[in-house]
Amino acid sequence: MELHQQILQYLLSGFSTGAIYALIGFGFAIIYNATTIINFAQGEFVMLGGMLSYFFLSVVHLPLPAAVVLAVLATTAVGIAFERLAIRPLKNATPLSLVIITIGGSILIRGLTMLIWGKDTHALPSFSGSEPIDIGGATILPQNLWIFGITIVIIVVNKLFFNYSITGKAMRACATNRRAASLVGIDVRRMVLFSFVISSAMGSMAGIIIAPLTMTAYDVGIMLGLKGFCAAIIGGLSSGFGTVLGGLLLGVLESLGAGLISSGYKDAIAFVILLLILFIRPQGLFKKADSERV
Amino acid sequence: MLKVKNINTYYGQVHALKNVSLHLREGEIVTLIGANGAGKTTTLNSLSALIPPKSGEILFNGAPIASLSPDRIVELGISQVPEGRQVFKPLSVEDNLELGAYLRYRRREKRSEIRKDLEQVFALFPRLLERRKQPAGTLSGGEQQMLAIGRALMARPKLLLLDEPSMGLAPLVVQEIFAVIETLRREKGTTVLLVEQNARAALKMADRGYVMETGKVILEGEAAELLENRDVQRAYLGRDKKEIWER
Repeated sequence: MELHQQILQYLLSGFSTGAIYALIGFGFAIIYNATTIINFAQGEFVMLGGMLSYFFLSVVHLPLPAAVVLAVLATTAVGIAFERLAIRPLKNATPLSLVIITIGGSILIRGLTMLIWGKDTHALPSFSGSEPIDIGGATILPQNLWIFGITIVIIVVNKLFFNYSITGKAMRACATNRRAASLVGIDVRRMVLFSFVISSAMGSMAGIIIAPLTMTAYDVGIMLGLKGFCAAIIGGLSSGFGTVLGGLLLGVLESLGAGLISSGYKDAIAFVILLLILFIRPQGLFKKADSERV
Repeated sequence: MLKVKNINTYYGQVHALKNVSLHLREGEIVTLIGANGAGKTTTLNSLSALIPPKSGEILFNGAPIASLSPDRIVELGISQVPEGRQVFKPLSVEDNLELGAYLRYRRREKRSEIRKDLEQVFALFPRLLERRKQPAGTLSGGEQQMLAIGRALMARPKLLLLDEPSMGLAPLVVQEIFAVIETLRREKGTTVLLVEQNARAALKMADRGYVMETGKVILEGEAAELLENRDVQRAYLGRDKKEIWER
């Protein structure tokens, strides 16, 4: 394979993992904007998506579409329960203690999953065959196309929701000014709950579409969660386009680094980027300067 | 319409409102004046349930509301225009106004009704119409104040709580905004509780007034009377003793 073909190959697979990171990153950003906390249980929603679809598919023997839908619904239910039981009861907690609670929650979810389904790695079948498709010398799997397609659909729906529905606008209002939001009659706690609903649903979807490529296990949420967090940080924790670009950038750099340097550095690359961003541009790579007037 | 009886409100350990009582009749414009830290804003925030009072009673049209949540208060018809406008800066002017009608959307009120009120706000503040697609953060201070008032109006309030609408604005803009408040009362019968540092302008427009000092209401009366009151003149209208003496 020639170099340019190799690079094309790395780009394609980088975009595909990057899309996953972007979806996970969105979950971080949405909850951050509603609550100003980083939800470190986000990765567990991703893991639950994959593990639950494995469960519904291979243990309950449901058809794939039904298994996927049930897995998303079940993960969303976990997200709701998490908000209700772990976040809402703590009225005057500082963001820091809430963040620590999310870490505790993630350990709990991971532990329970391990107790129920064991430590084994499970595979999910590809959605539509595994015959590689040739693109200019590089190859791509049908599952990659599913990843691109589903990610684009989710991002578009997300965008429409936040820009055109009154609930979406209310969530943005809460993110910018909670006091003013309650003064127009927006129930802020309800918006926080919605943010958990959306994030857990999105996270589980990410976990499901990537499972056929990378397999799934009780502990995949840690790494995927951290990568998603990294994508969100690159995007400045906005739930907009920045996070998508952040995810794609991270995915591409990772796959180029792994392919051209050494696959041993794959995870290190993400965290070096994370640290660089936090040191040099903590507001994110793509954030415009504030154009507000007082 | 509104009766506040002996409310006590605390910020942590600080006793911010001490037995504050006041009332508003339907269609009145009542102003609350006093120095910084006198408890004017706290009074409004107690009414809006942002900082619920520890004791005392708040009756709105006869029903107790002191223990309700902020969104229930808005639903009952009390909207606050907060100090420093507090518009949703990254959202467009139009989105800000729509969010003012958030509870009406939730109640599934007819879109055409909400649209009609949106047109009315634009008629009241034509400058907002020109800038309807612009992010609210790019508006000037006066325009943001207009937007904050418009946003509150979108909820169709019976009682409007205005917190320092003139703060930091040019005199002409203040006049424009005060004129709108009077129009609202005349045309819609909106009752207004106006908190102001600009005591003279507030008393000129209002029917009645309350004067607050260190968390207490120390004086109340007809606005015209308060304008003539020597203590008020000296403390809040910027007239020194000599001038009062010479009259």
